[in-house]
Amino acid sequence: MAASEQKIQKKKITVSPLKKFFRRLRRYPTTFIGISIVIIFLLIAAFGPLIAPYHYSQQDLLQRLQPPSDEHIFGTDQFGRDIFSRILVGSRDVLLIAGSGTALAVFSGLLLGLFSGYIGGLFDEIVMRIMDVILSIPPLLLAMVILFALGPSRLNVVIVVGFLYIPMVARVVRSVVLELKTRQFVEAARLRGETRLYVLYKEILPNVLPHLAVEASMRFSYSIFLVASLGFLGLGVQPPSPDWGLMVGEARTWFYQAQWVLFFPAGAIATLVVGVGFMSDGLRRMLLPGGVTDDG
Amino acid sequence: MGPYLIRRFGFILLTLFLASLIIFSITQFLPGDIAQVILGQFATEAAIANLREELGLNDPLHMQYLNWAGNFIRGDWGDSLVSRTPVRPIVTQRLVNSAMLAGLALLIYVPLGIILGVIAALKRDKLPDQLITGVSMAFVGLPEFVSGLLLISFLAIGLGWFPANSSIDPDSTFLESLPYLILPAITVSLTGLGYIARMTRSGTIDVLRADYVRAAELKGLSGRSVLIRHVLRNSLLPTVTVVAMGIGWLLGGLIVTEAVYGYPGLGRLLVYGIQRQDLPIIQAGSMIVVAVYSLSNLAADILYGLLNPRIRVGK
Repeated sequence: MAASEQKIQKKKITVSPLKKFFRRLRRYPTTFIGISIVIIFLLIAAFGPLIAPYHYSQQDLLQRLQPPSDEHIFGTDQFGRDIFSRILVGSRDVLLIAGSGTALAVFSGLLLGLFSGYIGGLFDEIVMRIMDVILSIPPLLLAMVILFALGPSRLNVVIVVGFLYIPMVARVVRSVVLELKTRQFVEAARLRGETRLYVLYKEILPNVLPHLAVEASMRFSYSIFLVASLGFLGLGVQPPSPDWGLMVGEARTWFYQAQWVLFFPAGAIATLVVGVGFMSDGLRRMLLPGGVTDDG
Repeated sequence: MGPYLIRRFGFILLTLFLASLIIFSITQFLPGDIAQVILGQFATEAAIANLREELGLNDPLHMQYLNWAGNFIRGDWGDSLVSRTPVRPIVTQRLVNSAMLAGLALLIYVPLGIILGVIAALKRDKLPDQLITGVSMAFVGLPEFVSGLLLISFLAIGLGWFPANSSIDPDSTFLESLPYLILPAITVSLTGLGYIARMTRSGTIDVLRADYVRAAELKGLSGRSVLIRHVLRNSLLPTVTVVAMGIGWLLGGLIVTEAVYGYPGLGRLLVYGIQRQDLPIIQAGSMIVVAVYSLSNLAADILYGLLNPRIRVGK
């Protein structure tokens, strides 16, 4: 009995990290589904525009609102544009806009959170109060008002997303830093006489990264949500670009005559958002076992 | 509790002040001249200059802000640039409509979310849990315009159970608007439902692991009384905070949902205001949303303190 147990122990040690990763994946089917969906959409964004059968803005007024057929597998919209091609091209837009917005928020939030948590004192107080004020305005409202002032464009949507989610990221990072600051290895580094930047970069940052990865993936799913909602309201990316939310918003007029105009972009958004959500939930379970935290 | 409340109220006032600064300064970026917008393209130079003077647009910015803020506090929220009528009655009427929708949604998703979350926690990692967690995760991620349009196409157009459009008379009473409220309320609920279910689940799982629950079980209490007297009393506490934190989501969800159904609430008013560059509407509407948000957060904190004797805040 003891011998066999030892064997199992030995076996466990030799399992490669990649195998371990896949083993864990199997335990959480939703994570697996989520990661697969995200990979598929990334591939679509990378190669989709190349295989799109039509140009995304090519109009064919004789072929308006055609139901799905061999020529147009997702049908055509109110201008006779091929919906399948528009969705393929639009995937690049949504991933790029939401992705760069998230990256901007994660990077700025990381810096603010690191310094705020580590330096503490007045600097921390000021930064966090500013974050509180930004958080006191519901995100979608703030996004609408800022876009109203800046004017709607792709770049401005990225800026808005990047700005809105800074406080959430900064808060998470700061709380992790505050916790790490009291640990002995940080204390030791400080007593060794390392500089502040060294301690932050070499001792604290690596331990913040798992939390940051989880937070970033969550922000990414909220960003897609936000970008799509802004597009739907007509306040984000403007026509004729093949933004999915915008496509759904425009399709509403033709809802009764041609439901496919609405279903395919709406389905694409739903699949992607749910996929990213599953993935980020899985990341949390794998990278931060034990800690169940979840805030808006 | 007294000093704590005063401090919190002070903080809310500070928040409202800073938020009003943000909203005011953002709306100063408005593309184009407000006087021009009001008078239209063909207005004479003199007319525009007159109106600028009348609106105080030539004053220094801080005077304009003080003017605006002072009037706002006194209840004069200005006139809509589009309809030329006072903003305050419009905003308050829409606020009531949104509150009806939000109230109905809360009535649906809070109890249902709690029940589902507790079931998931009790059946942890078994089929019911996986189903509830999976579906609620999907619901959390689904934008309201996607779920709303799907609901419309199945329940309204397909089955004909509900009206597909909720653009009712803004003055309707609750009972008159109830049939038009159900579908939008379900739409808003889906996101909140998933969120509450998830948080209740994780809260309940934490409590189930606690020593006092084990002690209660070992003491021979029935499963039901352990659940009600020991588990739920503790695990539902965080849910109060979760509901309040979800209010931000709820407000965002209302904006989108009202647009989907054409329901005359505050969210739709704001979207209209932005599309038509109706500055006073945007300013007043945003301020009200921020105020509602801050107050609901305060209410949640107070409630949390009342329910949880261990952390009576501010003692």
